[in-house]
Amino acid sequence: MTAEPLSARPQALTDLMGDVGLDERGTSLWQGAFQRLRRNPSAIIGALIVLAFVLVAVFAPLIAPYEPAKSQWIDQVTPSTVPGHSAEHLLGLDPLGSDLFTQLVYGARQSLIIGIVSTAFGLAGGVILGTLAGGLGGWVDTLVMRLVDILLSIPSLLLAVSIAAMLGQRPSAIMIAIGAAQVPIFARLLRGSMLAQRNQDYVLASFSLGLRRRTIVMSHVLPNSLGPVIVQATLTLATAIIEVAALSYLGLGAPDPAVAEWGRMLVKAQDRLQSDPHLTLLPGICIAVTALGFTLLGESLREALDPKSRR
Amino acid sequence: MSETVTLEPGGRRGRRATREPVDRHQALLEVKNLNVTFQRRGGRATRAVDGVSFSVKPGEVVGIVGESGSGKSVTSLAVMGLLPSRGVQVSGEALYRGRNLLTMGNQELSSLRGRDLAMVFQDPMSSLNPVIPVGLQVTEVLRRHEDLTRQQARDEAEDLLRRCGIPDPRRRLGEYPHQLSGGMRQRALIAIALACKPALLICDEPTTALDVTIQAQVLELLKELVSELGTAMVMITHDLGVVAGLCDFVNVMYAGRVVESADRRELFAHPRHRYTHGLLNSIPRLDSPRGEALRPIPGTPRDTIAWSKACAFAPRCQFADDDCVVDDLELAPLGAAGHRVRCVHPAPEEDK
Amino acid sequence: MLRFVVRRLLLLVPVLFGLSVLLFAWLRALPGDPARTLLGDKATPEGIAQLNAFYGFDKPLVTQYLSYTARLLHGDFGSSPRTGQPVLGTFLERFPATVELALAALLFAIVFGIPLGYVAARRAGGWVDRLFVAGSLLGVVIPVFVLAYLLKIVFAVGIPGPLHALAFLPSSGRQDPRIDATHITNFYVLDGLLTREFDASWNAVTHLILPAVALGSIPLAIIVRMTRASVIDVLNEDYVRTAQAKGLSRSLITRRHVLRNAMLPVTTTIGLQTGLLLSGAVLTESVFAFNGIGSYLFDAISGLDYAVLQGFILFIAVIYALVNLVVDLLYGVIDPRLRTS
Repeated sequence: MTAEPLSARPQALTDLMGDVGLDERGTSLWQGAFQRLRRNPSAIIGALIVLAFVLVAVFAPLIAPYEPAKSQWIDQVTPSTVPGHSAEHLLGLDPLGSDLFTQLVYGARQSLIIGIVSTAFGLAGGVILGTLAGGLGGWVDTLVMRLVDILLSIPSLLLAVSIAAMLGQRPSAIMIAIGAAQVPIFARLLRGSMLAQRNQDYVLASFSLGLRRRTIVMSHVLPNSLGPVIVQATLTLATAIIEVAALSYLGLGAPDPAVAEWGRMLVKAQDRLQSDPHLTLLPGICIAVTALGFTLLGESLREALDPKSRR
Repeated sequence: MSETVTLEPGGRRGRRATREPVDRHQALLEVKNLNVTFQRRGGRATRAVDGVSFSVKPGEVVGIVGESGSGKSVTSLAVMGLLPSRGVQVSGEALYRGRNLLTMGNQELSSLRGRDLAMVFQDPMSSLNPVIPVGLQVTEVLRRHEDLTRQQARDEAEDLLRRCGIPDPRRRLGEYPHQLSGGMRQRALIAIALACKPALLICDEPTTALDVTIQAQVLELLKELVSELGTAMVMITHDLGVVAGLCDFVNVMYAGRVVESADRRELFAHPRHRYTHGLLNSIPRLDSPRGEALRPIPGTPRDTIAWSKACAFAPRCQFADDDCVVDDLELAPLGAAGHRVRCVHPAPEEDK
Repeated sequence: MLRFVVRRLLLLVPVLFGLSVLLFAWLRALPGDPARTLLGDKATPEGIAQLNAFYGFDKPLVTQYLSYTARLLHGDFGSSPRTGQPVLGTFLERFPATVELALAALLFAIVFGIPLGYVAARRAGGWVDRLFVAGSLLGVVIPVFVLAYLLKIVFAVGIPGPLHALAFLPSSGRQDPRIDATHITNFYVLDGLLTREFDASWNAVTHLILPAVALGSIPLAIIVRMTRASVIDVLNEDYVRTAQAKGLSRSLITRRHVLRNAMLPVTTTIGLQTGLLLSGAVLTESVFAFNGIGSYLFDAISGLDYAVLQGFILFIAVIYALVNLVVDLLYGVIDPRLRTS
């Protein structure tokens, strides 16, 4: 059955239709998400914070007035007092006798490295496990998901502590520990999202066309399941930055005490909290603002990718 | 509505006394120049309903027919005051017994809803609360509007379910929506809507989500109940078959406006608007010659033009010409009494 | 119902088995000689030999694992080489304190979280909503122990100046040691009620406030966000529209139709907070010198006391599983769709 062809549409009509403009033109998931992100103020704030953070981390040597972690002015620090603002030192000194501003700037670099490395590690592990479970199904799925369940029943901080203990005193230990503690979360997320995709009609259609399982998983299921994983990765960057502070508090921070790292700066200044609260507050604010940036960005991304918000 | 209709023996006396007497000639519901505009943050405003007017007399069944997106559901939600308050602008009038529903306070409106005005929704799967028993969902409307004890309400609910064709109603009252089939749920929703014997029932595509065999049963049930109760009904549908079997009067909507309105017989015998004509032609008929192709309307509802510039149906119309580019085409009387059409080149009056 | 519980408890068995394998593997994977690692720097040759004999580190791996699980099954979780105390005994002794703290934190989070989330959802997009959402974000991004310190400084130690008046709460411990309270259950608040020593109960409550607020901040933030999202979803549901069409009052619609449905995902979220509360307790308890399993674990971690760590991880996993079993049962009460299956 075919529609009767329209007799030539009057020109005046065609012109009018043109200027009505089909602004409902089809947009892809990511294009649409990007458009929604641009209109969302919290996404903009988050992106600006993240951008500023990355810039500071990358250009730390250009921004910081001094070399980091030199303890050059240790003689000016006494057990009860730390020099505050002066002409040479914008924010004064830290308890180890380094320039506080310099330490904060280099702390951004350390946080960025820890955040990226640990998230990449968690993501890689999670994607491998999740793809195996979600893509292969059967006993592989059962085995992997049991393992994931077990790991998820251990609070992630304790899991990170255990893994750090196992890895011993090496600089990468906390990054791997924090990342590894995220593996089960990513694995479960990816598997869930792949299973949801697998039952979609377009996947069934691909199977009925006789495509190979690997082709379908790699070219259809995986790309469409990645949205939630990317959101989680953004949020994990925030978690990692906060968790490093917690690990430092537990005495499991990076082994080199001189490396500028917000978590440890904060912990080391605890006993001066009453006399010099800024020593604790400033790194604390840096951690909170950076984590806030990644969280805002991640949350807005989740909202933008949510099919429910695409109406 | 006649006062003598008593469905249950020894019906609850006196509780209808508060209602105004019914005048069969005065319109029960009169919608005048209803406009609904959706304004999305950052997006352009869309006019979903554009100057719609129609009226419903007591006991009358009025159909509103149109494709999805024609504004028919939005019209009904606007009348019931069920549109979200944010991002929606409603103007015009919807007079229920002379009182404007659109400007009425929340308190006043909710005392009318469920008692005088009731509604049956499209999707019975999602229109019942999944976590509370069906019985409570029926009795809560009874207890809201009528002074009944818990036990009286329960008995009444059981009776309602039975009359709506639900077998073993006592057991069903204690069950949850997921334990009922789709058809049962729609019957339960009808029971809820008719519980307080409303003067007007709005049905928004009540059978779309149901199996074809169930559809007919549910329509039959609705037809029976409204005539028994003397309830007027607005039937919103995209299915001309539903209209043919049920309605006294029909409004056809396209792109937010009524394009043709007429008595049911008149409409089916002499469709004048090219859209209505096309709709009727696209229905398969048993009596048509073998092998004759169906004639669907070309294009989609998206090929449209703002009514302020030209006839919105023109882009899909085979009879469109430059004359159709005319702003704000009138809904003008044509032919038989009460028949009104919004068209530059109406179909000739021939017997279908 | 009973069968469901039994089945869920049986499902715990493979989880615990898997966990014991993992923990055993972990103990074996710790760098260096296991006995030396377990004993730490103070290890004497006799101590190492004794521990090797006790754990059987010189025997084949499978034998080692079997004797390890055999001991676990007998309730022997080892002793802390640091303090010499048995892990299980210490755990049981300190557990009530942490339960008390965690419950107080959860209570704080629920009592404030659900109403705040509901109000935010009702005003979605308005400034109240934005304020609450921003506030809940702050709750998530501030490290728990930083918040704990801030609370302690402001409300217990006192900051110099006019705000010093805010410091009216105790800064550490579970109860003023000067109160000679009788302890029956080691739940101090409950003990006071049982023995009619109400001032002791009240004193314990004042000691709970700051740690509970610090520990409850993250669950509070999560509950606010979850309630908000879930209420917004439910408000768009067709059955809420049906309820409106019935002419029901707004408060009835809220209670019966909106909140009951919106609480489903919130309940799950609350259950999942258990793990977070327990790891948060490690940080919070140490700041407030609150003698629960958290501060003990803190000492164990900073003292590299792995015997304690592995024992506690096992306990925590069991608690986590039990709490989530309770949540699932609760879920069945709220959601009839799950009852029949």
